[in-house]
Amino acid sequence: MSDLAPSELEKVRKILGREPNQTETGIFTVMWSEHCSYKSSRLHLKKLPTRSDRVLVGPGENAGIIDIGQGYAIAFKIESHNHPSFIEPFQGAATGVGGILRDIFTMGARPIAVLDAIRFGPLDDPECGDRNRRILEGVVEGIAHYGNCFGVPTIGGETVFERCYNGNPLVNVFALGVFRHDEIFFGRATGLGNPVIYVGAKTGRDGIHGASMASAEFTEESKQKRPNVQVGDPFMEKLLLEACIEAMHTGAVVGIQDMGAAGLTCSTCEMGSRAETGVEIDLARVPQRESGMTPYEIMLSESQERMLLVAEKGREEEVFAVFRKWGLDAVTIGEVTGDGKLRVKDHGVVVAEIPNRELADEAPLYDRPHGVAPYRPAPMEAPEIPRSRDLNADLLELLASGDLCSKRWIWQQYDQSVRTNTLQGPGGDAAIVRIKETGTSVAMSVDGNGRYCSLSPREGARLLVAECCRNLSAVGALPVAATNNLNFGNPERPEIMAQLVEAIEGIAEACKHFETPITGGNVSLYNETLGEAIWPTPVMGIVGLLKTAPPVTIPFKAEGRAVMLLGGLGTVDAPRFGGTQYAKVVLNKMWGLPPALDMDYEKRVHAAIREIVAQGLAESSHDVGDGGLTVALAESCAEGTGASISLPTELRPEFALFHEGPSRILLSTNTPEAVEKIARDNNIECLRLGVTMKERLQIDHNSETWIDCRVERLREVWENALENLLSPISVG
Amino acid sequence: MRFGVVVFPGSNCDHDAWYAVSHNLGHQAEFIWHDSASLGNADAVILPGGFSYGDYLRCGAIAKFSPVMAAIKKFAQDGGLVLGICNGFQILVESGLLPGALLRNRQLRFVCRPVTLRVETAHTPFTSAATKGQLIKVPVAHGEGCYFADQRTLDTLEAEDRVVMRYLDNPNGSLRDIAGICSEGRNVMGMMPHPERASDPLLGSTDGRVVLESMVRSMVTTNA
Repeated sequence: MSDLAPSELEKVRKILGREPNQTETGIFTVMWSEHCSYKSSRLHLKKLPTRSDRVLVGPGENAGIIDIGQGYAIAFKIESHNHPSFIEPFQGAATGVGGILRDIFTMGARPIAVLDAIRFGPLDDPECGDRNRRILEGVVEGIAHYGNCFGVPTIGGETVFERCYNGNPLVNVFALGVFRHDEIFFGRATGLGNPVIYVGAKTGRDGIHGASMASAEFTEESKQKRPNVQVGDPFMEKLLLEACIEAMHTGAVVGIQDMGAAGLTCSTCEMGSRAETGVEIDLARVPQRESGMTPYEIMLSESQERMLLVAEKGREEEVFAVFRKWGLDAVTIGEVTGDGKLRVKDHGVVVAEIPNRELADEAPLYDRPHGVAPYRPAPMEAPEIPRSRDLNADLLELLASGDLCSKRWIWQQYDQSVRTNTLQGPGGDAAIVRIKETGTSVAMSVDGNGRYCSLSPREGARLLVAECCRNLSAVGALPVAATNNLNFGNPERPEIMAQLVEAIEGIAEACKHFETPITGGNVSLYNETLGEAIWPTPVMGIVGLLKTAPPVTIPFKAEGRAVMLLGGLGTVDAPRFGGTQYAKVVLNKMWGLPPALDMDYEKRVHAAIREIVAQGLAESSHDVGDGGLTVALAESCAEGTGASISLPTELRPEFALFHEGPSRILLSTNTPEAVEKIARDNNIECLRLGVTMKERLQIDHNSETWIDCRVERLREVWENALENLLSPISVG
Repeated sequence: MRFGVVVFPGSNCDHDAWYAVSHNLGHQAEFIWHDSASLGNADAVILPGGFSYGDYLRCGAIAKFSPVMAAIKKFAQDGGLVLGICNGFQILVESGLLPGALLRNRQLRFVCRPVTLRVETAHTPFTSAATKGQLIKVPVAHGEGCYFADQRTLDTLEAEDRVVMRYLDNPNGSLRDIAGICSEGRNVMGMMPHPERASDPLLGSTDGRVVLESMVRSMVTTNA
């Protein structure tokens, strides 16, 4: 079986100087799959900024690494497990978590935080609602199962519902780890004659062709691919983590890489390629879970919880002793050679021989046609927007909607506080973990918006980067670096490829502007089912740094405080209102363009709020995002303190209350003059909207009352919505 | 005061307990590996949370066979203080050091959130620094925390003042809202909530300290 295109097969023949055998063909097929080689996106990914003074390791390694001072560093990355999560939600999501955690600790870092961006079809979809609920429950349980047992807190992310994910849910997992600079390891097979050691779980037939499955569209036959999904064992992974870190500390480990996509194939040839060495292994020595496996199957297996490491010759026993202590297999399966080749033997007989560099780094590079307008699922022109009959009811409808409601039902299933570093868990603008050793904390924000990006991939992508950086700034953190997960449809269709190119360029522009270089990430293409592509859904994960201190959180804390809007009320016109949650939930329509963004202004807003937080002037702080100002106000009331607000606006009420213009942060303070001064110094608007008060949220415009609702009612609707949506199948 | 924190393969709150004792309270804490037949010179032992041996079979069911548990049984028989938190509570129950069982949560889902506990007795070495009726806010994080025992056992626990803590907002369906119990000799306690996660002012609550501080106070008294 070969999934290689005729031109790719020709290239293989040229590299080998002969016909490849079946095993070799399999090896080339997975290594040159879209998933492993980024052959459709590589050309454009080069446009992303990747450097800054803080970047210690950029793209190309298992995870990017950033200096956080005092000799410490963080490693982080986001990765998708979309296709497996559709076929088998629990295991698909669980192994998604497992895979990204290994990417972090294979570099030597101990994972200290996980965030997830997950997307499903609507839970009340007339046709797919049952299945969507089942997929959501499975995915959440899978994430919880793996992370909770492994012992890493799951502390944030986002959950979004759109029809375009009905047949193609998205599961993107972000993980972050911490270590000292002198504890960084690389996946390099250096040192001629050094032993190549296999550690961790035994190899079985699970997950063969997972990487190539992840590089194809879904068809009716995909449901037959359940055996391609791997099975995860978080207990094994926990042992592997402890054993690997302990082995690294012996000083006997030269290089190490996890076996993720394309398993043994990928780890051997990449380690050899990076070190410009050869790697020779004998498959007869590979620990196997079942008998009768062919070389093809062993090389392509994606069994989980396995690592490949290269040790210093003569010091193998130090490594073995550590793995024995943790009850894990550790076996020398080969050695580093000088001929630059991946040589695979089976009981001494050569079954594959391929040059490492060509295999790992010379994958075909496609400049897919993209000279057309990106595909748009919605008209440009705004429809007639009716006058709202009941703005209160609109607000409640928004708060009860899948995207905006509280996700407590989900995150209470995640261990958020293990490792005792969580300063801000799920439900905040950004998640925060402290680094115990340094007095520094790391804030993280993960964000996507397929709605904005389908209206304009470039503007949508820029808005995402801005939103993440705003989230970080709202808690007082300085954004320093980013990772991205690009979820798109079939790149062989020019109108989809155009979405990808526009989005990458948008991310590049914004990441340069906000000084958040991309240090790695993941591209997931062919997210299509039965010919229908998902909306373009880039997901950003951005990290920021702040001094360790009690966090500034969203809810209003006390009555009688000034409620202020940093950045001003913003502007909007009918076309720029078409991507809002109001258009989606209340009007059931989509049109036009995403909100307009002025990146210079946005950056000044970030600087201002960071200064306000750093000076301890904000009692509460909240980014104005999806659902606009009124939803942000309602969320700020979630702990019982309300507010009396007056909006000095010329806009119609629906626009003024619910438009999603960026560059705005809502805060409460008892020192409004000091806040205003900082706003002036940063040359941004700052409005006093009103004061916090007991029990009610009231929003007036001149003599008219637009919103008047008891806070308790808002909270009830917002808190219980998700459970109600899930109730048709929930127990008890 | 020297605390020993037991590390089983799969323990994942071992470091948290160690940090709370050593950094938040300023006492000595050392790790004890599961295949150790000795507890070294520990004055008190903590069995931390996590998924010992993957929690295969049943939570804590395999851990009870580890060499360190034989040492802990002996230590407990001699009156040593043993605190089991979360998975540690499950192990104590499986080992027979405490009565009853911990079943899957009533709602069949893992639950992680702060809960409010009422201290039901100050007559234990784990609550002597607290007052009866005191409310403390401490997080839970477990999938199998529903405390279960037959009526007679429950009645006995209550009659002997061995229900140490109760949930005000029962997160898992535990019978009679039981969150923590102690042994007949009162020197072994198991609790599902995590006091070590509520010992640092930065993390929002220091209410969990009272458990560790009570242990220190008791040891000082005993050693004096």
